[in-house]
Amino acid sequence: MLVKLKIKRFDPADSGGKTWWQEYDIDVHPDSTVLDSLIQIREQEDGTLAMRCACRASICGSCGMRVNGSAKLVCKTRMVDVAPNGEQLTIEPMGNQHVIRDLVVSLDTFFSQIKRVEPFLKPSFVPEQGEYIASNKSMENLLTSMNCIMCGCCVSDCTVLEVDANFIGPAALAKAWRFTEDPRDSERDERLKALNDEDGGMWDCTRCMKCVEVCPKGVAPMDRIMELREAAIAAGNTNTSGYRHTESFYNSVKKNGRLDETRLALDSAGWTNIPRLLDLAPIGIAAMRKGKLPPLMPHKSDEHKNVKYLYESVEGES
Amino acid sequence: MKYAFYPGCVARGGAPELYDSALAVMERLGIEHVELTKAACTGAGVLQEKNLKMGDILNVRTFALAEQMGLPIMVLCSTCQGVMSQANHRVKRDPEYLAEVNKHLAAEGLEYKGTTSIKHLLWALIEDIGLDKLKETFTRELTGMNMAPFYGCYMVRPSEALEFKANPERETSLEQLIESVGGTVTDFAGKTACCGFPILFINQANSMKMVANHTGTAKDLGAHAMVTPCPLCHLNLDGYQPKARKQVRGDKADLPVIHVPQLIGLAMGMSEKTLGLQKHIVSTKEIVRMAEAAPAKV
Repeated sequence: MLVKLKIKRFDPADSGGKTWWQEYDIDVHPDSTVLDSLIQIREQEDGTLAMRCACRASICGSCGMRVNGSAKLVCKTRMVDVAPNGEQLTIEPMGNQHVIRDLVVSLDTFFSQIKRVEPFLKPSFVPEQGEYIASNKSMENLLTSMNCIMCGCCVSDCTVLEVDANFIGPAALAKAWRFTEDPRDSERDERLKALNDEDGGMWDCTRCMKCVEVCPKGVAPMDRIMELREAAIAAGNTNTSGYRHTESFYNSVKKNGRLDETRLALDSAGWTNIPRLLDLAPIGIAAMRKGKLPPLMPHKSDEHKNVKYLYESVEGES
Repeated sequence: MKYAFYPGCVARGGAPELYDSALAVMERLGIEHVELTKAACTGAGVLQEKNLKMGDILNVRTFALAEQMGLPIMVLCSTCQGVMSQANHRVKRDPEYLAEVNKHLAAEGLEYKGTTSIKHLLWALIEDIGLDKLKETFTRELTGMNMAPFYGCYMVRPSEALEFKANPERETSLEQLIESVGGTVTDFAGKTACCGFPILFINQANSMKMVANHTGTAKDLGAHAMVTPCPLCHLNLDGYQPKARKQVRGDKADLPVIHVPQLIGLAMGMSEKTLGLQKHIVSTKEIVRMAEAAPAKV
């Protein structure tokens, strides 16, 4: 089949920092992956094209790049799926990471984030004889995160990293979750507290789900971040705006069946946090002048007491 | 068509013009609806941070209420759509979990069988009404108006729960709608990114960068307005645009961010007041003027 690829090029030696697009029209086998096509270009058309790849079986995590604007493992992406009618594909290096050349990014950003969560077991004890027996169930629970092959696709498309390089990122948080859930680890509470308190930690995720969508291995990093937040709250970490926001939301629905937006804003800012409250004032005044300030007395859903009873029945379980 | 109508908290709170404009265009289109006044908030993914199961139970309760009426749910909010779709996806693929959730609903005499579907007004316009029939209600051709789509995360991800494979048109629904009114799509990479609203109270600096980047980029590309199916995106991209643009780009807020029913209301010849366009923080005067000057549809 005939395929068209438009590839973003970058040569640090020749181009003085400039990038350019280069187009290739080639004939590939109908079963080809995007990686097969790129290798064919490198071997038959243009030996200067730089890319990173190894296993060709979505195990090594080397060939992450952006296809039509979205991060993918190109060895796992078939041409017929992304260009069924011979559409031109755009191929770029991954985002949020330093480009070394063409489609190759530096792994430094990724691993500096991973190192921040101390990604190693800190066991509570080492058995004198034999091995530590962990239950099958507790290990199965870790499978999502353990499937991570460190390809960097989630980091590439993270919308927070786009505006804030200090964010610890989805891959590192999913890795941290893995250790907080491991029954052999002795520092669960310390890990949760560190990620709760840290600038760029668990509360800076926007829940945009890009990482869930682009992860080729089903790690679903954002789902792990939500579990980290739930665990951090349960462990008594109540010093963040994120906590106050969640708590206010939870209680507002319990009380009214609906969201009390005004109260949510004030609770999240913190009732004693005068600078934050003053910061909200101009926005509130502008909204009021336009007739769109949320009601000061919250709307309630009909029969909202039933919602409260539901809460009580769920809370009574735990 | 008839729906169990779930307007969501924000359309009844911080973005009342969404509720009013939606009712106006639904009436024009002959869409019947019964409002789910007993239904609770979806939790917006926030409540779920503290207790995912609680969130699922609240949403399944809403599905059961609609199921009793035998009607599909219509929402006006990307976040409502996404959070409900995810909850529905979780209980439909796991009968044991559904049974567990139903146990809690029994006290109210409710049981969810798994038959309710959830559709944003945007999807309903395309999938149930059809763009051809929709266009018959238009009185103006909004040619010359460049509009940037902005979906809101929950309306595009995760694509599995949103059933994109079975409904591929959902991926380009906003672009289709913009073209149906005669407008030109201003395409930009940020259209499926985060607006920054979920972290507004947590990391405002990052949230403001997102607002300034999206609205500034769309404006630079020639957009006259941005169109969104998500009132939460609207609150941030409109309400905080003056602050964000000044703080991040050193320029002024100049891109109106309009709701889906306001866009089609303009094509239907409805007035600024009917659509609540005077309630926006960023002035909508220029697009109202453009719509009023637009040629009549032949």
